[in-house]
Amino acid sequence: MSTTYTIPIGPVHVGLKEPVTAWLELDGEKIVGARVRPGAIHRGIEFMARERNPIQVIYLSERICGICSFSHVLAFIRAVEDLAGIKVPPRGQYIRTLVLELERLHSHLLWAGVACYTIGFDSAFHLGLLLRERVMDVLELLSGNRVNYGVATFGGVRWDVTPDLDRAARDMIRYYRREFTPFREIVMEDPIAQARMRDVGVLTREEAVRHSAVGPVARASGLRIDLRKSSPYEAYADIPVEPVVPQDYLGHAHGDVLDRFVVRVMEVYQTLDILEKVLDGMPEGPFVAEPNANKVLGQLKPAEGVGWGIIEAPRGDDTHIVSLKAGEDNVFWWKVRAPTYANAVSWPLMFRDNELADAPLIINSIDPCISCMERVMVTGGREGAQVLTKAALIDLCRAKTARISGGVTR
Amino acid sequence: MIYIFMLFLKIFAAVALLALVVFLALLFDGADRIFHARMQRRYGPPILQPVYDILKLLGKENIVPRRAARFFFVAAPVLALVTSLMVFLYMPAGPFPAVLGTEGDMVLVIYLLAMSGLFLAIGGFASGNPIASIGGQREITLMMSYEFPLAVVVSTLAWVAYRTGMPGAPFSLETFVATSVWSVVSKTGLFGLLCLFASLVMVVPGETGKGPMDIPEAKTEILDGIIIEYSGVNLAMLKVVFALRSFALSVFITSLFVPLSFEGMFGFGGFFVDMLDFVFFWVKVFVVQMLFVTLMRTAFGRFKIQQASRFYITRVAGLSVAGMILLSIDVLCR
Repeated sequence: MSTTYTIPIGPVHVGLKEPVTAWLELDGEKIVGARVRPGAIHRGIEFMARERNPIQVIYLSERICGICSFSHVLAFIRAVEDLAGIKVPPRGQYIRTLVLELERLHSHLLWAGVACYTIGFDSAFHLGLLLRERVMDVLELLSGNRVNYGVATFGGVRWDVTPDLDRAARDMIRYYRREFTPFREIVMEDPIAQARMRDVGVLTREEAVRHSAVGPVARASGLRIDLRKSSPYEAYADIPVEPVVPQDYLGHAHGDVLDRFVVRVMEVYQTLDILEKVLDGMPEGPFVAEPNANKVLGQLKPAEGVGWGIIEAPRGDDTHIVSLKAGEDNVFWWKVRAPTYANAVSWPLMFRDNELADAPLIINSIDPCISCMERVMVTGGREGAQVLTKAALIDLCRAKTARISGGVTR
Repeated sequence: MIYIFMLFLKIFAAVALLALVVFLALLFDGADRIFHARMQRRYGPPILQPVYDILKLLGKENIVPRRAARFFFVAAPVLALVTSLMVFLYMPAGPFPAVLGTEGDMVLVIYLLAMSGLFLAIGGFASGNPIASIGGQREITLMMSYEFPLAVVVSTLAWVAYRTGMPGAPFSLETFVATSVWSVVSKTGLFGLLCLFASLVMVVPGETGKGPMDIPEAKTEILDGIIIEYSGVNLAMLKVVFALRSFALSVFITSLFVPLSFEGMFGFGGFFVDMLDFVFFWVKVFVVQMLFVTLMRTAFGRFKIQQASRFYITRVAGLSVAGMILLSIDVLCR
């Protein structure tokens, strides 16, 4: 006879960076069923944006995520620029690309460290976070901030790349080329790390397609997709980017956690190459089309319509859709689709045939950003959470009208 | 009259020894944290941090969960502490014989260590928390996996001591402290001893719940597992138990395999040499603990329970059996 019991991983758990709950049905240590329940960190950022003008929303969008803050900013800005037809000078585009790649670097280093921490490999975790400090220093030198850089604005960027920064960035690239390989070898050649990550959380190629996985998760399943190649933006038009897939390095894509590790680690090297090309090819000239924020607001006031911005964030495709109304100061509506939203639906598949010990690693393997993902919250009545369709909402609306008008319906 | 005097002497020795052992175990635990941190390029806590932690926990509220089996939940830490303290009464402290050395031997030491592990698991099961139950299951599984190699190591060594005529009782640890087991075997036996030594070293993480085998207390998986519901005095006792278990294993290995002493080097004994040896013994224990507990837990990630079990049942057990065969050949063919 076998009995199963249910155990929650989360919402607050040592192995998770952000609150999300995975209710795991266990038979001994084996996972036989999994339900993922987000909803602990919804903040209503899109609603807050409706009381702010586009320039204020730049800094609001930066707060969507603590790690890929620049990707969200840039996706929002590109959506508004798409809508209002604002052109960005080449130097501005290059600096944006520079910050994007620096952000990818620190995001991937953080993830690699956290993955090691999740399997109890604390030494590699500390080494990874120590490595990450260098790129944080460069970002701080550029913007004065470590997390929310406040670099981008409509029509360009706010801070120029100085010779000092150029030197610091090149030093950093040399530092990583020297120091990152030992870290990679420590983890990837460790037998226990191999045993913990190989064939864990498998997502096959077909499943990745069917469940619309994006970014490193899709690439780890063997899909050659990368927005930087398929629809280049900013300076990526000048810099060719090839998607990093595990079959190029290991001969075969398993789609497991180790492959996700390989993809992110190899992307670090790719990022270093891109950074070097960006620094070498940095064009002269202005870095912003219009430095005066009030004039920019004036340009945006008559703009009307819907604009799109799609970015290959460190975690995958980050899509922002913005609507502005002519004559109105504030953003009319704004939709954010973070990469975790696409990747999180694959979680239940990844949990198949794995053990409880793997669960936090599997959750972390897609590099989840729960606060990015949570865009809607369903609050329940007495029977618990339920989703109402449009028709049901209209019925409820009519019922309420009938109730408050004392049963008099027209 | 002399009997009562001896009894008081023994009680006094036991109290002094246990106080020293608890203090040293916590001190070594603090050193372990510092070395661990320095190897990870961190600074680490002050060396007395475990003592501070214990003192703080002693002043904290002791919560018993509503769904816990109260008797077992409260009794488990006490019994685990008592059994892991009792271990030291049967192990010699360097040149001084064990306080109760005539009453028990290696088998009892192993048994008491297993008992304290068992009480930890019982405390986990009794806490009424499914996560702690998983921790308890893992502890038991791990125990069943490493007990076989441990038994092979101990019985083989005792057999070697018996056949080669080492002075003293074969199962007594004092025999191995007095005469180096490395000196009584020839080349084949040396390889056998190395195999046994290696398998004992690999049992250490499982027995202490540290390093690659911290599976029952896996922080990022089951949130400290068996101790998740403990607080206050109970948690303080459990912390002491964990420190004592690492320490006991280190003393065990040192007594069996590192019988280096000044008395042996100088060729004569005496009070001062004995005192020197007493201090030197704890230094040896310290080195052993840093090498086989701290270094191991710094160098590796965590196994899954199935992988750990398989590792012990196949690899480590195989290694210990190989050591047993090599030693048998050596002893029988001389």
